[in-house]
Amino acid sequence: MKQGRLLPIYIGAYLVFLYLPVALIPLFSFNDSIQAAFPMKGLTLEWYRTLLQTPAIGQALRNSLFIALAAASIATLCATTITYLEVFPRPVLSRLIGVLARLPILIPGVIVGIALLILVNLAGLGPSRIAIVLGHVLVCLPAAVTVLRARFAAIPRSIAEAAADLGASDFTVFRRAVLPLAWSAIGSAFTLSFLTSFDEFIVAYFLAGTEPTLPLYIWSQLRFPKSLPVVMALGALILLVSALLAGLAELLRRRSRV
Amino acid sequence: MRQLANGAGFLCAMSLPGALVTFGLVIFALALVLGLGFRVNDQGLLRGPLTLGNFAQILADPLYARVMLRSLWISGLVTLATVVTAYPVAWYLAFRAGKHRGLLLFLVTLPFWTSYLLRVFAWKIILAYNGVLNSAMIELGLWDKPSMMFLNNPAAVVLTLAHAYAPFAILPIYVALQTIPRSLLEAGADLGATKAQLFRRVVLPISMPGVLGGALVVFVPTLGDYVTPAMVGGPASTMIGTLIQAQFGKANDWPFGAALATATMLVILIAVALVRQADRRWGSRT
Repeated sequence: MKQGRLLPIYIGAYLVFLYLPVALIPLFSFNDSIQAAFPMKGLTLEWYRTLLQTPAIGQALRNSLFIALAAASIATLCATTITYLEVFPRPVLSRLIGVLARLPILIPGVIVGIALLILVNLAGLGPSRIAIVLGHVLVCLPAAVTVLRARFAAIPRSIAEAAADLGASDFTVFRRAVLPLAWSAIGSAFTLSFLTSFDEFIVAYFLAGTEPTLPLYIWSQLRFPKSLPVVMALGALILLVSALLAGLAELLRRRSRV
Repeated sequence: MRQLANGAGFLCAMSLPGALVTFGLVIFALALVLGLGFRVNDQGLLRGPLTLGNFAQILADPLYARVMLRSLWISGLVTLATVVTAYPVAWYLAFRAGKHRGLLLFLVTLPFWTSYLLRVFAWKIILAYNGVLNSAMIELGLWDKPSMMFLNNPAAVVLTLAHAYAPFAILPIYVALQTIPRSLLEAGADLGATKAQLFRRVVLPISMPGVLGGALVVFVPTLGDYVTPAMVGGPASTMIGTLIQAQFGKANDWPFGAALATATMLVILIAVALVRQADRRWGSRT
């Protein structure tokens, strides 16, 4: 089918719209002025120096990494077991659990946040890092379930059935016949959950005790005009690291295809 | 032939993590919200008398209906804008990107890997009175004094949210478009269908599940968003998420906040049911 030039131009404009606002953050992180405005006053690395000298940022980074690792591990474990049972043995209860695991997609973050806040207060736990982990498990679960279910559904049932016929135990069928075919999807689900949790603010806001995550730290600093350049330097570093990680994941994915 | 996984021990062990999370967190936490909505403030979480007062207040005070309508209006606009702008990108990815597909897919998903808070904040520094847009325009001599009209209004909220959620709608639509066999389009064209007819009668119905999936993942989180209204919206764009959040913060009336949350969930369920109904009548055919 013949098509015009309009569509590529539109795609270009769309990408500019997507990237231009984000590009301002690294740009102004080098600006020698507290105001984020043109004309720029001159280049400086001052804000990056201040950033490295702020211990609160290192602590927030450690909290975020701990929470993202824990939440992504739990969400991936749950999603793997839920979707395996849902696709292969298919008992009724597992199908119900599968539906419930996708339910959080219908719940706005603010409601997930308050629901867990009520829950952890009732449990006597109170706002804490563990509370944020629980909240992020709920936020990450629907996407992880969707990714893994698609993968398990693409694995021929006959592979699992052949293994079972040859005398493999239930656990061996799962561990030796099906799981090896799903590792890449498990990796994707984990990465997706990790990044979602690392960036999540709306739920974490309600559940944080005295130990803020990186987004919560950024939020607390956005109120002070004086600390804006440092926040932008931090944002630029986060951008750089996530772009590198995303690029690396993409390269790995392509290599595993070949 | 042996059935797959009929060992009770295996089933229990495998079901445990999912059951704990879904029943323990999803169902139980939602039930707590529902239950707390019928309580009186300052009586402890599960003690004290039951009341319909919170819900009566939500219905009686026009403020809540107004904010709910405004939230629906804003997130509806954002959803429409993201889906309509994402569709051509998904189309290009599915049918025309060729060897650039991998790169383009990577480029449109990359912003999703960067901080949401900073994506919203970027718009604040663009639209502010002494911000990027005003200073750039003055620098270029296009206008001579900064304008306050860009920030602190609902339009800024719609623009910012549409930007923050833009990539979310592309993937589901792209996945749905990919399932369309080329031969189907060629057959339609051979039978004399115009491009518009092909789109309306073949492409759109088949991709409708993707469109609705994309719309859902934009609509639900934007409806409850309280960050963007706080950052770029000003007082005229308070959304329902802001009100719920305030009940658990400054206002400190958890039962009323829980009742507002319940009402919001109800509105979301009604909206989803209505869209499904409309889709069944006019939309996708499978």
